[in-house]
Amino acid sequence: MQTLFLRGPSVTLRMIILVILSLVLMTVDHRWKHLEVLRNTLSYLLYPVEYVVDLPIRLYYWSEETLKSHQSLVTENRQLRDLQLQSRVQLQKLDILEKENERLRQLLSATPKTTEDHLISEIISVDVDPYRQFIVLNKGSKEGVYIGQPIIDAHGIMGQVVFVNAMTSTALLITDVSHAIPVQVDRTGLRSVAFGTGQTDHLNLKHIPHNADIRVGDKLISSGLGGRFPRNYPVAVITNIDRNAGETFIEVRAEPLALLDTSREILLVWTEGREQPVPEIETPPPAAEADKEATDEE
Amino acid sequence: MKSNIRAAILALFVAFMLTIMPLPEGVREFRPDWVTLVLIYWAMALPSRTGVTVAWLVGLMLDVTHGAILGQHALGLTIVIYIVHLQHQRMRVASLVQQAIVIFFLLLLKQLIVLWVSGIVGRAPDTWLYFMPSLVGALLWPWLYIILRDLRRKFGYRVRF
Repeated sequence: MQTLFLRGPSVTLRMIILVILSLVLMTVDHRWKHLEVLRNTLSYLLYPVEYVVDLPIRLYYWSEETLKSHQSLVTENRQLRDLQLQSRVQLQKLDILEKENERLRQLLSATPKTTEDHLISEIISVDVDPYRQFIVLNKGSKEGVYIGQPIIDAHGIMGQVVFVNAMTSTALLITDVSHAIPVQVDRTGLRSVAFGTGQTDHLNLKHIPHNADIRVGDKLISSGLGGRFPRNYPVAVITNIDRNAGETFIEVRAEPLALLDTSREILLVWTEGREQPVPEIETPPPAAEADKEATDEE
Repeated sequence: MKSNIRAAILALFVAFMLTIMPLPEGVREFRPDWVTLVLIYWAMALPSRTGVTVAWLVGLMLDVTHGAILGQHALGLTIVIYIVHLQHQRMRVASLVQQAIVIFFLLLLKQLIVLWVSGIVGRAPDTWLYFMPSLVGALLWPWLYIILRDLRRKFGYRVRF
């Protein structure tokens, strides 16, 4: 079976063919993105690996939930119920505002605001690349996840989906070096683009002139320009402004609001024109309706 | 021969696991390229089975794992395994320390190829830490070599060296 000398020329020939094939593949993948099928097929093979790696962490969360004492569960339940009541009260207000906004938009005959769907997804604890900011999610094309889909957490926008497989998907965080998100200063409406830096704690704003009205502490929200991210979601807060007179533009640094490296659960957002395959439309609580009528009477 | 292939697949599976296993911040940059190390070992031990085609396919898997451009790691791995192929008889008789030195340069070559492609698309990391995995990998080589050799022997050894 074993040969002492390997067939030299054939190995060399194969190597050359494979090198050329790699170069072709890289060009096609980088320029035209037609290789999603190949990537998906290969990622099926990778799924068991991801599953096994994530297993101990999932087991940890599972045991934490299962082995909790009755007392702590009751306490937590009570706290959550209080929190839910509070958020529901806030939601009532929001609901009225939204309706009012819609009415005003109709009066102005402006385009109606579209609704968004959400789906909770968990992050699979795998480490993709130390120099890129990828996260792997446990939802895939089965749930209707698509490339370019925005993901958010409770505090702000986290990033967007870049690869989708049947059962998992990979998302790029807003702080990745190759990522940029169109933003707007909440206070003044000043538009800019926030570029990722490769570090989880800051973004750079580019092309902001010296006379721009921008301050440390200003909140950045997504402007929705470009059509990829939904509008008016919090993105970051400005932490540092460097006004160097010699430069054409000022240097602005911002810190992302989303908990990019601690969140375990995130939300996938279906924006306008995209439908979630299994619609989960929640009926507004009756209390909100009653409240609305009451205010209308006033 | 069959059992050897089973051992190789098992070793590769574990290597892929180690590649994506979450590590604490600050240690992540030092993670050696497990898949390349394991593949180099198998290319030395079973050159008739672990050819450049296998290396290319494993490289594609590595691209998917890293979310890289398809072909990036495949290119690096193919070239590295090709060199191992040409030199495997010489590498086998070298001492573990000498092997480790060769491995260091092989790993470095692969990283340079990957870096080159990343640079072309403008995503190259700008820190010397980027080359640490090669050093760590070379330092770990003697132990990895012994572990994989024992694994291969446990699964039944036909190829003796």
